[in-house]
Amino acid sequence: MAKIIVDGTELDVPPDFTLLQAAEQTGAEIPRFCFHERLSIAGNCRMCLVEVKGSPKPVASCAMAVKDLRPGPNGEPPVVITNSPYVKKAREGVMEFLLINHPLDCPICDQGGECDLQDQAMAYGSDASRFAENKRAVEDKYIGPLVKTVMTRCIQCTRCVRFSTEVAGVPDLGSIGRGEDMEITTYLEKAMTSELQGNVIDLCPVGALTSKPYAFAARPWELSKTETIDVMDALGSNIRVDARGREVLRIMPRLNEDVNEEWISDKTRFVWDGLKTQRLDRPYIREAGKLRPATWNEAFTLIAEKVKATKPKKIGAIAGDLASVEDIFALKGLMSNLGVKNLDCRQDGVALDPSFGRASYIFNPGVSGIDTADVILLVGSNPRWEAPVLNARIRKAWRLNGTKVAVIGEQADLTYAYDYLGAGVDTLNGVVDGSHSFSKTLKDAKRAIVIVGQGALIGENGAGVLSLAAKAADAIGSLTDEFSGLAVLHTAASRVGALDLGFVPGEGGLGLAGMLKPKALDVLFLLGADEVDVPAGPFVIYQGTHGDRGAHRADVILPGAAYTEKHGTWVNTEGRVQIGSRATFPPGDAREDWAILRALSDVLGVKLPYDSFAQLRATLYAAYPHMAAADQILAGDVASLKSLAGRGGAVQAGLAFRSSIENFYFSNPIARASALMAECATLAAGGKLEAAE
Amino acid sequence: MLHDRDRIFTNLYGLHDSGLQGAIKRGSWDGTKMLLEMGRDWIIDEMKASGLRGRGGAGFPTGLKWSFMPKVSDGRPHYLVVNADESEPGTAKDREIMRNDPQTLIEGCLIASFAMGANACYIYIRGEYVREKERLQAAVDEAYAANLIGKNNVHGYPFDLYVHHGAGAYICGEETALIESMEGKKGMPRLKPPFPANMGLYGAPTTVNNVESIAVAPTILRRGAAWFAGIGKPNNVGTKLFTISGHVERPCNVEEAMGVDFRELVERHCGGIRGGWDNLLAVIPGGSSVPLLPAEQCQELSMDFDTLRNLKSGLGTAAVIVMDKSTDVIQAIARLAHFYKHESCGQCTPCREGTGWMWRVLTRMVRGEAQKKEIDLLLEVSLQIEGHTICALGDAAAWPVQGLIRHFRHEIEKRIDDFTARNTGDTVIPVAAE
Repeated sequence: MAKIIVDGTELDVPPDFTLLQAAEQTGAEIPRFCFHERLSIAGNCRMCLVEVKGSPKPVASCAMAVKDLRPGPNGEPPVVITNSPYVKKAREGVMEFLLINHPLDCPICDQGGECDLQDQAMAYGSDASRFAENKRAVEDKYIGPLVKTVMTRCIQCTRCVRFSTEVAGVPDLGSIGRGEDMEITTYLEKAMTSELQGNVIDLCPVGALTSKPYAFAARPWELSKTETIDVMDALGSNIRVDARGREVLRIMPRLNEDVNEEWISDKTRFVWDGLKTQRLDRPYIREAGKLRPATWNEAFTLIAEKVKATKPKKIGAIAGDLASVEDIFALKGLMSNLGVKNLDCRQDGVALDPSFGRASYIFNPGVSGIDTADVILLVGSNPRWEAPVLNARIRKAWRLNGTKVAVIGEQADLTYAYDYLGAGVDTLNGVVDGSHSFSKTLKDAKRAIVIVGQGALIGENGAGVLSLAAKAADAIGSLTDEFSGLAVLHTAASRVGALDLGFVPGEGGLGLAGMLKPKALDVLFLLGADEVDVPAGPFVIYQGTHGDRGAHRADVILPGAAYTEKHGTWVNTEGRVQIGSRATFPPGDAREDWAILRALSDVLGVKLPYDSFAQLRATLYAAYPHMAAADQILAGDVASLKSLAGRGGAVQAGLAFRSSIENFYFSNPIARASALMAECATLAAGGKLEAAE
Repeated sequence: MLHDRDRIFTNLYGLHDSGLQGAIKRGSWDGTKMLLEMGRDWIIDEMKASGLRGRGGAGFPTGLKWSFMPKVSDGRPHYLVVNADESEPGTAKDREIMRNDPQTLIEGCLIASFAMGANACYIYIRGEYVREKERLQAAVDEAYAANLIGKNNVHGYPFDLYVHHGAGAYICGEETALIESMEGKKGMPRLKPPFPANMGLYGAPTTVNNVESIAVAPTILRRGAAWFAGIGKPNNVGTKLFTISGHVERPCNVEEAMGVDFRELVERHCGGIRGGWDNLLAVIPGGSSVPLLPAEQCQELSMDFDTLRNLKSGLGTAAVIVMDKSTDVIQAIARLAHFYKHESCGQCTPCREGTGWMWRVLTRMVRGEAQKKEIDLLLEVSLQIEGHTICALGDAAAWPVQGLIRHFRHEIEKRIDDFTARNTGDTVIPVAAE
């Protein structure tokens, strides 16, 4: 610890603290533009200047470490002053320079109201301009469909450049020119290729980079802000949904160090236009091969007719990827009241099963465990598409801690260098028996994580591969009481919650594959399940939000609520229980999903035992106490992983793993309804947009 | 007046053979091995005792700088980088060393590298110095061929010397920008600390020295610190290359004792001021970045670091730019302001925005198209730049302007008055918004 005096307060801080960090300990506020906690230090905006006793010049507090200051002549601690007239003058000077070439277009700037430059100019600037020359103008650049540029507003803080090179790992942005002609650009004006590019909008302290889809839509103070949870992937990024009236206008990240830090993927951020199109806003009934609008009563009556005429054995239910824990709990309750045992939540047909123990299907080391890992082995997973923010975290560990990454599966661009071990099962076997050349690195590692993707677990070989992966984790010494290194990376937001609730076939019940066999069922209930191909035959009840695959096959459609339109609980891939809130209301006649199921149960004569959401939650918590512990993880049991490793299972030799995500931008019905995601997908596939379009 | 026997650069004008044989005849590479055998500490102590102050502009004691390098390597290599990016307007001294006396530099590189435990040295030469680079490279090749440097050289200290050609940016003369540029990045100064002696080129301990500082080292060691310290004035000792340009009869490079009188320098070596001594208007004594001095301060002016600093100017690189009374001094400084605006790297705010602002105001002042209160504004802008930037380019841009206002405010006011008198109300000056 080092002693330092900031504004007269003596502090004890770690020696590698910067002056800015030290000053913040005392509550002193230091303005900054270029400095950002999660990016490297540039020290170029000069806004954070402070006075250091004995230094002839003001010092940039973001870049100066406490240990680099010299003590006084008699060994007194160094003295830093953040509120003297000297500092005030320095800040005023820098602010004046920043403003002389900054356009006075705040009234038409989307950053207005949440602009660092605006706020700091108010707090630290002077009242009038002394600049009598012409202001500089800079040409706007095209950097893709998501980020709008007004480069005249740019103050060259280079946060966006540092983000794309450091965090996103795609050196798309850079600065060209020098002096006052310096410009930020992608040089060839091509679209940025990162799936995290939206974050530069949040990082930009001025209105140079703003959200293109949100352009001129609203002012920040008009929006109601709701803190909730993202469902685009299984990471469960913490988000804030900004809405005006019934319309979601934008989605922003929230800070959660353990989950998404402060980043979100572009799918999370820009999917909101998909919430407005292709929506199911009233019940439909299929008549003579065509869907026709119907009333709730008609729909319920028809369902009751069909269900009552069918034996429970011939009824099945599949829970989709976006459903909340409460919805699945209600569906499970309904089905068990009907005596139905044909249940499944594993739409992609993976072999995860709650009977193996919770540890067998969660990301045991935790997302923040990546930070302390020394080796990461990816098995059949492409985290860049399955969970981009998690991928950025792996990149961070690789970049800052020297964490080694190895891949078994597809060879893809993950934004960091990795050792490619092989394509599939044979290589994994080599790791287990120690014959692979990389085994030694894995064994020598103190905290090695084996990340298993859904792609490796799909199909008949799935159970065998899961057991093999557990065996590999055991073989390299990553299954101990202190540290469990087996990490299952999910792609569906609902999956861990559904597995926690045991939404899998009951005794003698059919699983997904069985249910989807022709003539296996007479009635099939799809709760937002759009990723399955239902054969001709069964009467399909689809409860969901979008006119997607499930709705096309349905005989009755019950319009539900999307994730922004209901309260709900989601359990992320590491098993963290997170609670989301309603930001807007479902459109038209659509209702919250639990309420639909509750109403339907009444019509079917198997009434669910709750009349309100609060009662539902109370019932849920009584049955599954860990669901009540928000933001907590119920740890898995290592012993169950050891027994899983010993379980074995048939695995076809030579099997190659593939990631389960085929198109990142089209992985769920909301994304498929979004025009923006379609545009991104076209660009990602190498397509070019013509100027006239 | 410096005696011929005390000159270090005896082939400054290229009158003799600039090749290796010629240099050896003039005394280079004489007993170099013996100097190395005296050991690192002796060399550094001797350099400290000689009182040599860095010749690149800031005047930091060279021996002290060398002593900052770690004594024992922690596994990282040490590097010496020679700053031959001589871009300061008015300065042309290193160029003559590299063209005509390159072996003094090469020998100096070996000795300095040895003193700092560096086995590799890089000479970063200015982009525009194409022929100079060829001459220097030829000299390095000659030294390699004679096995004076190289892996198994006659001195028994493995040493490699590389000439790196810059791309022609003024800012790459700043030591950390130079290091960035050598690493293949954009030439933008780094934040300090960490200083290059801890973390410089490729993250290894590095010392960056000016060409002249390195080139004088072998002679200092051969002739002894006392000899060097005996020339010049206290704290401003030794010989120094002066580049005199501008309105003198014969602009030239000359090696003179530190603290030489300005009038003697100009009259003895340059044939005097154009139009006679009384025709002197002002002098920029140390390259474009130092404030100018008006004629009345140059009557008895000792050309050394401390005297000039006390006059709020500086010796800088000792590039003396002489201006006679035909000079439009406002125009001259406006041109310098344009230079700094053009060469600002754009990294940090005050310099990026401020240099352009100063140039624009000055451009108007050249025509007189300004208000008198803008003179104070200009001064304040220059003070807002000075000391607020990452590197010293901000200071270098601010000082000439401050010097102009300090000594020639009356000239600017007169220009403004004249302009206002010519344009009494009926001329409309268009402004941006119209």
